Amino acid sequence: MAEKIDLRKKVLSENDRLAAEIRQRLKSRDTVTFNLVSSPGSGKTSLLERTLKAMKDEVRMALIAGDVQTENDADRLVRAGGERVKPLVTGGSCHLDARMIANVLPEMNLTNVDILFIENVGNLVCPSGFDLGEDMKVVLISTTEGDDKPLKYPAMFRRSSVMVINKIDLLGTSEFSIDTVRRNALSINPDLTIFEVSCRTGEGLDEWFNWLRQRVPERADAAVLT
Amino acid sequence: MHELSIAQSILDTVLKEKHERGLPRVDQVAVQVGALSGVLPDSLQFCFEAIRIDTELQTCELTIETVPITVECRECYARTTVEDFLFVCPKCGSVHVDVVAGYELDISYLEVPDPVHDPADP
Repeated sequence: MAEKIDLRKKVLSENDRLAAEIRQRLKSRDTVTFNLVSSPGSGKTSLLERTLKAMKDEVRMALIAGDVQTENDADRLVRAGGERVKPLVTGGSCHLDARMIANVLPEMNLTNVDILFIENVGNLVCPSGFDLGEDMKVVLISTTEGDDKPLKYPAMFRRSSVMVINKIDLLGTSEFSIDTVRRNALSINPDLTIFEVSCRTGEGLDEWFNWLRQRVPERADAAVLT
Repeated sequence: MHELSIAQSILDTVLKEKHERGLPRVDQVAVQVGALSGVLPDSLQFCFEAIRIDTELQTCELTIETVPITVECRECYARTTVEDFLFVCPKCGSVHVDVVAGYELDISYLEVPDPVHDPADP
């Protein structure tokens, strides 16, 4: 005879608890947080470089650059003008988790930060289940990938609020179709906000910047940027 | 391959429960894995069997129950189970649906041997 003990515990309950704490902390500081996810090489760092260069004089941004190995991405973001950039090397782990974020936040100057970008590890599977305390996930896909990716990785596209299609300057050099990727993504998640950009030529980035500006929370203590 | 850290979390949780409840043995841990959880049941099984070795849970079996995606329609409020990640209401065809099941990654129960009653102590 055996006895059953009901537990009903979330496996990631500790991660979710920490993520909720982080979310609360950032919200109380009027900081909006984006978790950037994509395959390796879709252009997460390039998008952040462009965003920093274009907006650093009007919006205060802090960045956590997650990578399996090396601080190369963080170095690129500093060169692009990022003043509050924190590298987060996972040493092999295929995703960031709330514990890693909680560990680095105290080492960052988050005073009056409008936007915190968390650049996740390049991977469309493993990061999907790990809440980092972000307000929304932004998923990138580039025109050098398959336009069926949203169908292959539905969990990630379903959990994202925004999709950025990057490398549109290369359209026509492969079979990738904007219409197809849009249709596939919207079939998984009809609420997705979609941008079409080229981080190389700058095309389409203004729409992304404008959208970001609208996400910046109103500050009670709207200080002048110095 | 994040299933290893998930398996470790399950093992740690079961060990904690075992100690807190003073259980001599845990024969089975049942876990619900949703179709949208991003966790592969086979990988999770493999990892769990690898890391339970040389622990107090080396005879503990992991039972995985997969949870299909259930959507609730925002138009007609029908709740239905969908397949193949088709986020469409089968009743009215609307694409405006909310996922109400399918993200699960939960430990549902433990199975332990019945405490043996001493017949001399009714």
